[in-house]
Amino acid sequence: MKRTVPLMIVMVGGILMILQYFIPHQISQTVLAYYTDWAPIILAFALVLGVGSLTRIHSHKIRRKAKNWQYSYAVLIPLFGMPILAHIWPASLSGGMDSPSIFHFLFMHVQVPIQATMFSLLAFYIASAAFRAFRAKSALATLLLLAAVVVMLGQVPIGELFGRWLPETGLWILRYPNLAAKRAIMLGVGFGMLATNLKIIFGVERNWLGGAGK
Amino acid sequence: MYETIGIWVGAIFTLAIYSFLYKENSIYRLAEHLVVGISAGYGMAITYQITIKPRLVDPLLSGDHWILLIPGILGLLYITRFIPRISWMSRYPIGFYMGTAMGVGFPLTMKARVLRQLEGAMVPLYQSGMAWYEVTGNVVMILGTLAALIYFFFSKPHKGLFFGTGSKIGIWVIMVGFGATFGFTVMGRISLLIGRIQYLLGDWLHVIE
Repeated sequence: MKRTVPLMIVMVGGILMILQYFIPHQISQTVLAYYTDWAPIILAFALVLGVGSLTRIHSHKIRRKAKNWQYSYAVLIPLFGMPILAHIWPASLSGGMDSPSIFHFLFMHVQVPIQATMFSLLAFYIASAAFRAFRAKSALATLLLLAAVVVMLGQVPIGELFGRWLPETGLWILRYPNLAAKRAIMLGVGFGMLATNLKIIFGVERNWLGGAGK
Repeated sequence: MYETIGIWVGAIFTLAIYSFLYKENSIYRLAEHLVVGISAGYGMAITYQITIKPRLVDPLLSGDHWILLIPGILGLLYITRFIPRISWMSRYPIGFYMGTAMGVGFPLTMKARVLRQLEGAMVPLYQSGMAWYEVTGNVVMILGTLAALIYFFFSKPHKGLFFGTGSKIGIWVIMVGFGATFGFTVMGRISLLIGRIQYLLGDWLHVIE
């Protein structure tokens, strides 16, 4: 019950879904339609796990008065406040609201600027990483440096000052050797994914069972 | 008024995040915790509004879609994870989702990540009207893909003409690819930074147009 049944569910579900792809019969189409309806519902409940864990960690921090416990309120209050606000002003799919509200305000003027700034913060760190990575210590490192410099300069107006050849070469690098490397990596990843899919379906890979209840 | 307060709040949080460049501080930590809470809360609200309510709650309340109780109960089994004595029951919804997702994903992965890539690599080296750099590019792309694949083939030692030379060319192609990707990423981050500076100097302080 604890291990065999979940493994059976995986195997039956997996084989059924592979078969339905190759046998386009009315029954297989119905199975797929049910799956398409049910899967998002089941997956949506998984969010409860994440929210539950987050709540547990932060409420534990507050109870124990652990280091920086005050900030846990900054997680918990909006965590439960946002759904309540969304219930008062039903949220729209556009990521905001049809009319201004606190829900919309928190999303547009707190979450969006903070997230955008966090990503832009990486510009500083990536620059320092580039300084370390782009030292022409060997032929391969020089190649990496040249490719990166040509692509970077090719994308900014100053690149055109060196002549049309620079942006064109940058584009050529992106379109051909870059594509070759990406394609090889993607093929490798693809084969890896296929192997992992089969390993999970046939119960060879069982890490997903975790340690719950042993 | 609403927009003005919003821009001020956004600008203050932007500066709060940038304050991390000096050193970690309480304002940065507050902003960091707030964004975690808001995005998780936002995720919960949106998931309920676009999935749970229209796909489960409303049809069940209408009274003629009792079959939806199956995914509903399966989904609720996730919660057993928090009750140690019956936490093993959370494996049922995970198993259902894992199995079906792997099954659905198998042919799609084969198509998108393998067959389409192979198809994309099989291009004519030369056709009338092609410029010389396109012909060179096609040669580089086809041989480069093969060479990079040889580099990633670890079942044979990288020695000899085929595996030895092939893997050497492969690593050169991969390095060019990594360099280009790195350059591309740097430019992406820089453009985000420019966007934030424009927000601060334009939308907030009105120093620039």
